[in-house]
Amino acid sequence: MFSEATAAIPDVIQQVKIQHYIFLATALFVIGIVGVLTRRNAIVIFMSVELMLNSVNLLLITFSAYRSDPAGQVFVFFIMAVAAAEVAVGLAIIVMIYRNTRTIDVGFLNKLKF
Amino acid sequence: MEFIDRIFSTQSLFWFLSFLTILSALMVVTSKSPVYSVLYLILTFFCLSGHYIILNAQFLAFVNIIVYAGAIMVLFLFVIMFLNMKEDEAETSPTLIRTLATGTAIVLGVTLVLAFSTVKVAAFNPMAFDSQVGMVKNLGSVLFREYLLPFELASVLFLIAMVGAVMLGRREAGDRHF
Repeated sequence: MFSEATAAIPDVIQQVKIQHYIFLATALFVIGIVGVLTRRNAIVIFMSVELMLNSVNLLLITFSAYRSDPAGQVFVFFIMAVAAAEVAVGLAIIVMIYRNTRTIDVGFLNKLKF
Repeated sequence: MEFIDRIFSTQSLFWFLSFLTILSALMVVTSKSPVYSVLYLILTFFCLSGHYIILNAQFLAFVNIIVYAGAIMVLFLFVIMFLNMKEDEAETSPTLIRTLATGTAIVLGVTLVLAFSTVKVAAFNPMAFDSQVGMVKNLGSVLFREYLLPFELASVLFLIAMVGAVMLGRREAGDRHF
């Protein structure tokens, strides 16, 4: 028989190894990096950055859930707040770039190239 | 009956959600139109919320839907439609750069996987386990007791971000309207 504590542990923690979640987060992070490096549309690059942020969130929540430590989930809450602020400013910058250059192709913004 | 139980077990739910997450994340990166990218990104966020729910982090699952799939993605869609990118500019990234970039990312991924697969992660402790850790009540008390100062600072951050966004988006005297 399960003890009281064991019965309260979610199924996923008993049945799925934490390594699987780590690999899932790694895969999401790598996909985000591919997006940042290969795409030239500034908005899609921005979305890939969001994907990478979310893979980190998933990793933090996984460790927090497996260790039953609330600090990780509070941290994810702050990451989401910072991401919201970052998106607001970033999209305003993209709108400004479009207004000045009529394009959001990042290949066009090469004035700082050596 | 046992077969049905196995299909709907938590493990198969995990695999299904993971598969869908990675597939939609790949579609975000490979879609031609940014609008499709946004829609696939919303799907990715919903899948991640499903992961959070099966991990018993209900509060963050719903915050994820409200903040990411709700607010942030609406902002993205709004900007895309605002800019009205009709000429769907060709992805003219040179093939060499694309290949190199993908290769770099794959090398990084293999490195991370190899590094993580040698790590010994401690298993959960059944005696000291608290399944209520991700609930609103528990997280709220931690947030407002131990992390009160960062929480207040986040509001200052939002104020700064709002001022910055308004300043950046403002039209100067001689500017054109889009």
